[in-house]
Amino acid sequence: MNPTENKTICSSEIDVSCRVPLLALFGGAALWLVLGLALGIAAMLSFHKPDMFADCPVLNYGHAQAAANDLLLYGFVIPAALGVILWIFARLSQSPLALPIVPVVAANLWHVGVLVGTISILLGYSTGHPWLEYPRGASVLLFAAFMLVAVSAVATMGFRLNRELYPSHWFLFAALLWFVWSYGTANLFLVCNHPPRGVVQAVIDWWLTNNFLFVWLALAGVGIAFYFLPKIAGKPLASSGYALFGFFTLVFFGAWVGIPSGAPVPAWLPTVSAFAALLSIIPVFALGIIARKTVWGANVTCFGGPFCFIRFGMLSFVAANLLYLGEFCPRASRVLDFTWFNVGVTQWQLLGFAGMILCGAIYEILPRVMNKELPFTKLAKLNFFLFAGGTLLFVIPLLIGGVEQGMKLRDAAVPFADASAVALKFLRISTTGQLLVLLGALCLLLNILVMTIQWKLGLVKCVIAAVTAPLKTSEVKS
Amino acid sequence: MKNGFTVFVAAFVAFGASWLGLVYGPLKQLGVAKETTVLQLGDKWPVQRTGAATLGLQVYRGNGCAACHTEQVHQTGAANVISITDLGSHKSSDLKDFITSLMVVPELMNCSNAITGNLAGWNGELPKVLYCGAQDTVVSLLGDKLKAVGVKTEPRVITTGTDIARGWGTRQSVAADYLYDSPVQLGNLRAGPDLATIGVRAPDLNWQLQHLYAPRSVVKDSTMPAFRYLFTVQKIGTLSAPDALVLPKAFEPADGYEVVPTPAAKELAAYLVSLKNNAPLYEAPFTPITAAK
Repeated sequence: MNPTENKTICSSEIDVSCRVPLLALFGGAALWLVLGLALGIAAMLSFHKPDMFADCPVLNYGHAQAAANDLLLYGFVIPAALGVILWIFARLSQSPLALPIVPVVAANLWHVGVLVGTISILLGYSTGHPWLEYPRGASVLLFAAFMLVAVSAVATMGFRLNRELYPSHWFLFAALLWFVWSYGTANLFLVCNHPPRGVVQAVIDWWLTNNFLFVWLALAGVGIAFYFLPKIAGKPLASSGYALFGFFTLVFFGAWVGIPSGAPVPAWLPTVSAFAALLSIIPVFALGIIARKTVWGANVTCFGGPFCFIRFGMLSFVAANLLYLGEFCPRASRVLDFTWFNVGVTQWQLLGFAGMILCGAIYEILPRVMNKELPFTKLAKLNFFLFAGGTLLFVIPLLIGGVEQGMKLRDAAVPFADASAVALKFLRISTTGQLLVLLGALCLLLNILVMTIQWKLGLVKCVIAAVTAPLKTSEVKS
Repeated sequence: MKNGFTVFVAAFVAFGASWLGLVYGPLKQLGVAKETTVLQLGDKWPVQRTGAATLGLQVYRGNGCAACHTEQVHQTGAANVISITDLGSHKSSDLKDFITSLMVVPELMNCSNAITGNLAGWNGELPKVLYCGAQDTVVSLLGDKLKAVGVKTEPRVITTGTDIARGWGTRQSVAADYLYDSPVQLGNLRAGPDLATIGVRAPDLNWQLQHLYAPRSVVKDSTMPAFRYLFTVQKIGTLSAPDALVLPKAFEPADGYEVVPTPAAKELAAYLVSLKNNAPLYEAPFTPITAAK
């Protein structure tokens, strides 16, 4: 292929090459998001009415909560991010997706893996390591599927027309590399026949948890935001140099966070993590400022559009991650350890930051890829308000309740039951927020589902039309 | 940057460093850990679990108990304490003067204010804390000097912190405690109380079983879900089953029926009873109350 030929490839051709893989990834992701949120609500019911699932082991809190968390991370965030990464790489390379069949296969493998993992957890076959609950059968599928998508993504990146790398390239490429590395390591050590003895297991699990919830989400989310924000605002990223600084500080400092202070491990581990958490404030602020400067003064009306999603996501990125890093400060951790605060921060990172940016990206990408307007544009806008309001209503009570619970837990004169009781009223408000997020997720699912059905009907119509079309006279044999 | 190689190398170095530091380092340091010994007694620690309790750890894992319970006790500090337990033939006022006269000893000069402060207003009630602080040399020196004049003292190592004050343990949890756990389930939310020493606090298997079947029958304010699916409600035969639960009236099944724990429930209870992280270790010292008497 000579370069001049390449240049004629128009963006619609690139979009069409992504169509099937992206539908497979996004459709499944939206479905898992709905199921994950529903399971999360079911899990919280145990706190409103403790004996609700006393005879139903599948939905007891320990099962449902773990399954719901994993559905949000492995079911929704990662496949949705992979889809967006594929599309961004294809667009940045100005070339169609390389090996488009590979991510289609991978998407199906991934979804089967999530299904197997979820069922295993609900039936009591979880590994017992937080954020790594999927048993071996499921994690092997996930790992293989991720590798396949990564191969296609990196190949697409390799075919890029303009050899210069854009900042999104660094972030998203590092996200691909780091997932394979950390998920592979954690599974090889923990989900095998001979895990290491003792508390090392917890250390590896904390390392993985931090790598996913902080580093990976930041790499993927910010990488995606840095592609869309300049596009939507019609201004260049401000600036690549700062972005490089943010990228390097994030990967060098962020990956050392994760060991909670006070953990029953040698003291150097939590100390290193606390110091790394302090330093990680730098990239969080730097990346937030870059996003802010990029859209500063841009005249974008977005009433619930993709821009709103991504802007909210970047604000959440700064806010949620500052709170997350604050948890590693030894002084703060004495109050916040073992409270609902931690749960609130995690959900903010997953839904408020990554979830928002991914939803915005999906709404921006889908109409292009399908070459068709969204079937329910109003629902898409409603989705934003439900997500934004729901996430805040879900998360903020958990944060406040967590602090109150922590204060009471810390005071030995207050009975333990009082500390638990104070959290309960906040949990009730929080579940309402969860419900709103679920309604938002239904909007997303409905849009993707109807779009997929319309596309499949279109295919069928095409085939029928081709079969029933009257033959041209020239083709008729005499 | 022209090509991906630079980014790849930079990301690789950053991630590799984190991997070496937080995965490989701990593996080398802790992954080869062996049993340690209990202070003074010299017993092996941790104690290997019984078969049922080992199976119970898997029931604990399968049911996600760690979603609401931690298994780690924190402490904020530890201190060396010396207190007078017997005056011998001395009067408290004389002893006060004697101790004040000791304050010229160089080792004691740094903490002379604390010690004389402790003695101010003392009328001879026992035991009397003389010193509570970081320095063990002060404790041994005071002990020797007072022993020489026939006063009995008791040196102790105490631990402090909310968890200790709540009675959830006598010392902080340390890495050695989890040697025989797989998976290690430290937990990160205290929706329920810490369980690191539940076997000390509630050593009765029947209490554990009843609590699992109907938490509010034993702990009134409990928010724990009942785990009735770990039990079978069956018709009483000619004789009632030997392991049937004895429940309060309000929680009993219908007449003619009894509640029998499944093997999983028994294993889980055995595991809970086996959780006793309370031995003094080199890295987490304290003086057990029984040993001091």
